[in-house]
Amino acid sequence: MRRGIAATALVAALGLTVAACGSDDGQDGDKKSSGELSGTVTFWDTSNEAEKGTYQALAEGFTKLHPKVKVKYVNVPFGEANAKFKNAAGGNSGAPDVMRTEVAWVADFASLGYLAPLDGTPAIEKQNDWLPQAAASTKFNDKTYAVPQVIDTMALFYNKKMLADAGVEVPKTLTELKAASKKISEKSPGKTGLYLRGDDPYWFLPFLYGEGGDMVDAKGKKVVIDNPAGVNAYKTIKDLVDSKAAITDASDGWNNMQNAFKTGKVAMMLNGPWAIEDSRAGAEFKDPKNLGIAPVPAGSVAQGSPQGGWNLSVYAGSKNLDASYEFAKYMSSAKVQQQTTEKLSLLPTRTSVYAQPTVASNEMVQFFKPAVDKAVERPWIPQGNSLFEPIKLQMANVLGGKASPEKAAADTGEAYRKLLKDYK
Amino acid sequence: MAVDTSQSVAKAAGAHSARGRGRRTDKHPGRLRHALATHWYAWSMIAPVVIVIGVIIGYPLVRGVYLSLTDANEANVERTIGVNHIPATYEFVGLDNYKAVLTDSVFWDRLGWTLVWTVVCVALSFGLGLVLANMLNRKIKGRGFYRMALILPWAVPAFVSVFTWRLLFNERNGLFNKLLQGGGIDAIGWLNDPTWAKVSVIAVNVWLGVPFMLVAVLGGLQSIPGELYEAAEMDGASAWQRFRHITMPGLRPVASTVILLSAIWTFNMFPVIFLLTRGGPGDSTEILVTYAYRLSFVNSPRDYAASAAWGVVILLLLSVIAVVYRRALKKQGDQW
Repeated sequence: MRRGIAATALVAALGLTVAACGSDDGQDGDKKSSGELSGTVTFWDTSNEAEKGTYQALAEGFTKLHPKVKVKYVNVPFGEANAKFKNAAGGNSGAPDVMRTEVAWVADFASLGYLAPLDGTPAIEKQNDWLPQAAASTKFNDKTYAVPQVIDTMALFYNKKMLADAGVEVPKTLTELKAASKKISEKSPGKTGLYLRGDDPYWFLPFLYGEGGDMVDAKGKKVVIDNPAGVNAYKTIKDLVDSKAAITDASDGWNNMQNAFKTGKVAMMLNGPWAIEDSRAGAEFKDPKNLGIAPVPAGSVAQGSPQGGWNLSVYAGSKNLDASYEFAKYMSSAKVQQQTTEKLSLLPTRTSVYAQPTVASNEMVQFFKPAVDKAVERPWIPQGNSLFEPIKLQMANVLGGKASPEKAAADTGEAYRKLLKDYK
Repeated sequence: MAVDTSQSVAKAAGAHSARGRGRRTDKHPGRLRHALATHWYAWSMIAPVVIVIGVIIGYPLVRGVYLSLTDANEANVERTIGVNHIPATYEFVGLDNYKAVLTDSVFWDRLGWTLVWTVVCVALSFGLGLVLANMLNRKIKGRGFYRMALILPWAVPAFVSVFTWRLLFNERNGLFNKLLQGGGIDAIGWLNDPTWAKVSVIAVNVWLGVPFMLVAVLGGLQSIPGELYEAAEMDGASAWQRFRHITMPGLRPVASTVILLSAIWTFNMFPVIFLLTRGGPGDSTEILVTYAYRLSFVNSPRDYAASAAWGVVILLLLSVIAVVYRRALKKQGDQW
């Protein structure tokens, strides 16, 4: 018993001393120790196989700044992330605190009440530094629901050697592309000029913009995909495949495209900066200089590709909002963006980062930055992501010969009007 | 449900045999209490089952039917997310969703293909199962090994096998096309051509379905007494006659059950279609359930009401099929 009392007294004394020290620090005005963040931040990352290692390392680097916060990194494949987040958020269990969100998902998630508004929170840092078009995708109903982390657009990836062997220039228009493709096939039978994604509607957009079209006119609340431009876009993809200028698939398009390009079965593909890391791993690009990048070929009217990218959003039901805001701020900070560019050649969303020598000298950034400046902004409406499914369906119908381009465009328009009840 | 159960218990005990009278419990106020008092033991025994079934089947079913009569979607159902509380604002719309489903050509197109898919898959897997079971029912060398090998597809998780098949079917790098090209035949766009995609999904589903048929039919075959065959042989019946007049009738109870079960499973076989083709190319391999999934999981906001209506329609269709099938069997004198 006696020993027990002595031990208690000792503990009490020690406790007092510690407390005293603590309060001393506080009086010295050391801001770091007051209100220190702790707990766990679950982060859902949607980057691809080639990128995820870098992202994991960056995310876990957060603990260096805030040692008491544990970062739980989860890689969720891009294709499943949207549905998975909605299941978790709507069901109120299992949603991550912070998620790497595709630009078109922000308005959707925000409109359903799943995201925490970030205005006035620590998540937003130096908003003036954001590229205006990247910032546009973070807003819904005049509130900010995400911070931009990566911006991108599509371009023409080409195999320099294959084009040189066939004696063709980098095509600037689809007409030139068809001619170049013909020469490539003649020169080496079994090889084709272009790989055309037939199973992903995102890859349809450059052809749609090339004909001067768009999906919807969000300001005028009008569906415009069934205009002649939309019909022509469907005609274009069919013509590219029928004339054997391009090969395509209705399934497994990403793998087939990357394989074909990396092994030199096709000389060109449309793709974004997210494919750089993976392409460079291919046999054809052992010498990284062989990979060329050019603007997307122009259609009959214009030249354009969609603006994409990734934002970081915070789940409204997060148990640890304070740490989540800090984490979002950290992942969109200039330092982290610079690192993603150095390691993965992804494009930053902060003007200041472009001024960094390592970023400015990055060949991919030098090419993609002007392209991003001219990229076409998508409609930032809650249904933005749902606009793709009808196109996907009709692409397969057109390429499979089941529907004429006219019918495909009309049917896409009809599906849009069903989806967007107040649109003309 | 409570009244029904008490009745059947009472009937089993021989207390009240008149059906019509038993239903009108309101006219006999003491009856329910009486039944409860007499059979409280039986009640307490079945209570856990009733509760579990009620919670895991009854509630979702009733909720689904209710949702199908409203215009509920992801945006207007009640939920609380952190500080955001979104109240329920959906309304009762009666049968509008059903009207929309039944007047939509999308539904009828999918229904046609779903029926073709079900009939072809069940017929092929039952046929193959029957042939293989007959072969394995003989005394052959290594019978145990063959049985194991044929059951294997069943042991592999469905998604693993479907992904493997997807690799085999790949138009550019798949094994099937490599083999065809080796033989000098043009590559086939297995999953890229609507017709071949249909063939492909059926092939995979049959491959997945045969082991079940095989096991069931083998069990049925072994329950047919050997004496029947011996007697028939003595009477000089040919192999075909024996098969036709002994095996087939002997298998009937098993066959009718597995065919019905397999038809219901195939009708609702989501994973094969979704993982192999996602309903594509276009919508050529889309069956009713994969479309209902698309409705509630792909578009935003998710349309719970329409999806629930599709679910109820699918349930009704299957119930009708099951009832008609059982009637037909009964007419032919099957005690099932």
